[in-house]
Amino acid sequence: MSKIYVGMGTCGLSAGARDTYDTLKKLMGEAPAKADLHITGCIGMCYREPLVEIRDNGTRVIYGEVTPERAEEIYKRHVQNREIIDEYVVLHEKVGGELAGSETDFIAPQERIVLRNCGTIDPESIADYEAAGGYQGLRKALLNMTSEEIIAEVKASGLRGRGGAGFPTGLKWSFAAGNPSNRKFVVCNADEGDPGAFMDRSVLEGDPHAVLEGMIICGRAIGADFGYIYCRAEYPLAIKRLNIAIASAREKGYLGKHILGTEFNFDVKIKQGAGAFVCGEETALFASIEGERGMPRIRPPFPAEKGLWQKPTNNNNVETYANVPWIITRGAKAYAAYGTEKSRGTKVFALAGKVRHGGLAEVPMGMSIRDLVFKVGGGIKQDKRFKAVQMGGPSGGCIPEHLADTPVDFENIPQTGAIMGSGGMVVMDETTCMVDIARFFLDFTQAESCGKCTFCRIGTLRMLEVLERITRGEGVPEDIETLRQLSVQIKESSLCGLGQTAPNPVLTTLKYFLDEYRAHIEDKKCPAKSCAALVDYFIDPEKCVGCTVCAKNCPVDAISGQPKQVHVIDQGKCVKCGKCISSCNFDAVYKD
Amino acid sequence: MADQHDADFTFRLWRYDGEPGELIPLLQSAQEHFGYIPRRALKYISSVTNVPESTIYGVITFYSQFRLQPMGQHVIRVCAGTACHVAGATNLIDAVQDELGIEVGGTTADGVFTLFTVACLGCCSLAPVMMVDDETHGRLSPATVRKILRGYRRQAAKQAVAEQV
Ligand SMILES: Cc1cc2nc3c(=O)[nH]c(=O)nc-3n(C[C@H](O)[C@H](O)[C@H](O)COP(=O)(O)O)c2cc1C
Repeated sequence: MSKIYVGMGTCGLSAGARDTYDTLKKLMGEAPAKADLHITGCIGMCYREPLVEIRDNGTRVIYGEVTPERAEEIYKRHVQNREIIDEYVVLHEKVGGELAGSETDFIAPQERIVLRNCGTIDPESIADYEAAGGYQGLRKALLNMTSEEIIAEVKASGLRGRGGAGFPTGLKWSFAAGNPSNRKFVVCNADEGDPGAFMDRSVLEGDPHAVLEGMIICGRAIGADFGYIYCRAEYPLAIKRLNIAIASAREKGYLGKHILGTEFNFDVKIKQGAGAFVCGEETALFASIEGERGMPRIRPPFPAEKGLWQKPTNNNNVETYANVPWIITRGAKAYAAYGTEKSRGTKVFALAGKVRHGGLAEVPMGMSIRDLVFKVGGGIKQDKRFKAVQMGGPSGGCIPEHLADTPVDFENIPQTGAIMGSGGMVVMDETTCMVDIARFFLDFTQAESCGKCTFCRIGTLRMLEVLERITRGEGVPEDIETLRQLSVQIKESSLCGLGQTAPNPVLTTLKYFLDEYRAHIEDKKCPAKSCAALVDYFIDPEKCVGCTVCAKNCPVDAISGQPKQVHVIDQGKCVKCGKCISSCNFDAVYKD
Repeated sequence: MADQHDADFTFRLWRYDGEPGELIPLLQSAQEHFGYIPRRALKYISSVTNVPESTIYGVITFYSQFRLQPMGQHVIRVCAGTACHVAGATNLIDAVQDELGIEVGGTTADGVFTLFTVACLGCCSLAPVMMVDDETHGRLSPATVRKILRGYRRQAAKQAVAEQV
């Protein structure tokens, strides 16, 4: 009996996996084969979606870019006639684990602990999770361990929080456990607001039980009987699969009263976010769960003392919880064998931007940026020059190519001025303007500042205005000093991490790409040829069909040409508004 | 609350059990039901929860998800996340604004489209992306985005004709 799995995470679905699934389903109805059809989460190769996997007799064959037509061919040749179609294979795992296929380089360097089940089990089936060793950690924790032993195990594993700051998880648990209160809460932060990060979404969509199991173990360890999962409203599929997981866990007695026949009770509830980045900050998150405006509160008191509803609370990130069942089942030693001395274990990274293999990869801590981008990530699209990688989103920074040998862990990344953050890695090439990236992030933090602290509210706006001026070619030399000054002031006078880190994207680009700022300010040039006001516009004669749309849209009549003939832009008249690019129906206008 | 639509909503809220912290889910429920949060729903929520209207208004305006005005038939969310930004999302947003003749946050006069940008849709490997309602479109360019919008527009026009007949 073979099993057919269709990758139905958000990435798969947006690449058309629904049609692929429906096609396979129809074929199975018309011409049954010895196979059954399942859905699965994202295996990380988002750049080859839609993916279809055929599993039989201990082998796995994953096909990429499976359109409905390909699905039909695969069904007829592979499922019905046992013929592997090599040209579509992205990964082939033979009996014994040997790997082959075009994406071997992407998968081979990975160590999958958090992603152990993502893309291999049906996330809507608790039986699949159990068959993969699911809820064994909970069983062990409840039946064979005291809460002190659980905490000691998590401490010994060296696990540090994956939500950005890297706080030791076992230590955090011991704070909440030490509080004598009889009402405590477990909170899972699934707000994942960093633009460019999608690790948590994939884990929730691909393996929701792992997160639940981690939370239940935490509840047992700290003595809490209720948990909340605060999930972004932009992740409807994650919420749907969590709901299914919660219902089936209740049915099986992993949630509810007297779990596994013990005296321990625990239940969870999902709270949907309503679109505010600052609600990822834990105290703001608590305010939001309580039904208020999501404004950060002063710490101390820390959550372990007064958290949600003023009760002792332990809050961890999705990925942090997903590690826990593995650690309890396999032991702290096995976990600590991965990674570096101070950053143990593995980390999931979301590779995006100008990298060939855009997707999710889980690697041991301490791998260099270069290996992540070039080995796992497959290098830069179109063989352009690697310029920088952005880590840590709006709180992080841009690490330049010459620091690409930096090991990725909680010790080394902050030395560059960036932060580990939650694991988003946006790769940039020679065509990315670093001043524009700084402006982009300030635009984000400025809009997302909750407004409580003056410097964060107004200081970020002042910085944004300066950066906008520079990218428009209206910068003045003093601007750089102004940016530095405002950065220090905002960092020093903000209550929460949002303001304290908001200047980082500007500071790191000033540190490593000062020449680009200078080129914008002094020469009125954008070296990356990206800033609309500082480049010239041309029409590609190969692509232009002479439809006249650009000429009609040009506000200064700088474009001339007869209908059905190639048009040209008069550089003397052009005011560089970019209307021609956005109005062209044939993508024929380019910047240089 | 007058018509059936309002009555349905009242019925939904009737199950509200007074648990603290339910204000945001109640607002989400109102928005899901009406497509936005009408004044009368706000009043009603205030009366069942005993949270002052002014406080509720404060919560509504804090979160970007909540709308106080009706939205178009199709809601467009162009992703303005980092990966999409470096892949040219700015040109895409310009193209959508130009094609529809509205700014970000606006609704077309015929009520067909409302345009938003979002910080990240989490489909970074398909950048630049846009969502129309629940459908995600990836690897877009100004030209393809116009084609997609025209498709929706044609569909909406057909529907309008069908409804008149
Ligand atoms: C502005 C801001 C946004 C944040 N967003 C998130 C987020 O989306 N997800 C997350 O897990 N932590 C986020 N954090 C960090 C949380 O405050 C908290 O440190 C984290 O959830 C703790 O979990 P951990 O110990 O497992 O890392 C954010 C912090 C700040 C200041």
